[in-house]
Amino acid sequence: MQDFRYIDNIVTLQLDGKSCIGCGNCVTVCPHRIFGLTERKAEITDRDACMECGACAKNCPVGAISVNPGVGCAAEIMAQWVNKLAGRKIIDGCC
Amino acid sequence: MTSNYKLSFDSLRFQLADIDAWLLVADTRGVNVWCAAGKGTFSTEEIIYSVQQSRLQQLVNHRTLILPQLGATGVAAYKLTKGCGFKAKFGPIRSNDLPRFLRNKQRTDETMRSVTFNLRERAVLIPVEIYLLMKPMAIATLAVLLLSGIGPSIFSATAAWSRGAYFIGASLIGVGCGAFLVPLILPWLPGRQFWIKGLLPGLAGSLICWGLFVSTGEVTPLEGLSLLLWITAFSSYLAMNFTGSTPFTSPSGVEHEMRRGMVFQATAVAVSLLLWLASPFIG
Ligand code: SF4
Ligand code: SF4
Repeated sequence: MQDFRYIDNIVTLQLDGKSCIGCGNCVTVCPHRIFGLTERKAEITDRDACMECGACAKNCPVGAISVNPGVGCAAEIMAQWVNKLAGRKIIDGCC
Repeated sequence: MTSNYKLSFDSLRFQLADIDAWLLVADTRGVNVWCAAGKGTFSTEEIIYSVQQSRLQQLVNHRTLILPQLGATGVAAYKLTKGCGFKAKFGPIRSNDLPRFLRNKQRTDETMRSVTFNLRERAVLIPVEIYLLMKPMAIATLAVLLLSGIGPSIFSATAAWSRGAYFIGASLIGVGCGAFLVPLILPWLPGRQFWIKGLLPGLAGSLICWGLFVSTGEVTPLEGLSLLLWITAFSSYLAMNFTGSTPFTSPSGVEHEMRRGMVFQATAVAVSLLLWLASPFIG
């Protein structure tokens, strides 16, 4: 995936190193291989490659990871905008 | 463990043809694992429910479930042991890596765990993009035909046809740029934001359009300018829409670029339509 870089310094991914217990779940699940484990602590190696899918946060047993999860899809975001303006669900997004 | 999206299930069965294994299929209402996990139908609760419903404990004597890695956005694997007695383990992303994974003592390597987006994976998305475009395009075509008929003689059906045809031709060029070219040459297009990636193909398409219609004297340069703006904006919009099909764009990023891209697209389209409407009166 090194051919594809998206916008830098924008993702909401945060890791709280203090509460991490080093289980390695985040390393396993990330489809962009963003986490590494050194001395039983997770670390973020390439934050800008994150697509905010939320898999890591979902599978962290101690809640050390926070990310605002969603799908990076223009139609979905358009749907969210429209539905927010209308105050109810009028259009569906992606998938 | 998989979803009941027909294509995933079929390819899984195909890959596992020579392998003796049980497949547990969660009811995701025909949606694939990735989308279902995002939408909450391929979830921790759903897996627990499927295991209990199928009485898996009585069918097999091991206690390990292999989950597709892309299901991890919806499934907290560490909660499954308590929920249904099965230890869960994430397997590879792609089903064609499964035989290798199973032979390899159920161990994955980095390639099995990383998403890819190669030329073939991008090309298969093109028909989907085109299919989704058909309905809005049909409506827009009607609107354009109506607008093209407006002129000094209030409304002329001949002008609607003859001028409308050029606009439709330009729109098709726009589709060619935004929905064909952009996915194919995505990694080499300049810019990180997709609306910017769509500009260059759009301009290239505009030049073709200029060559076909303006150089030959079929439309005036003013109309040509209108078509140029339209093709570029349309290509930029289609490129932006392609974010939904890629496996690397983050929602924060897409929202960020939409706030910028849509201002450009809306302005360009407004100017384009103004020029198109004004040109019969001027030229
Ligand atoms: S949100 Fe998804 S892409 Fe981002 S770090 Fe977590 S698992 Fe990886
Ligand atoms: S999943 Fe959570 S606890 Fe486990 S290594 Fe990652 S951050 Fe640490």
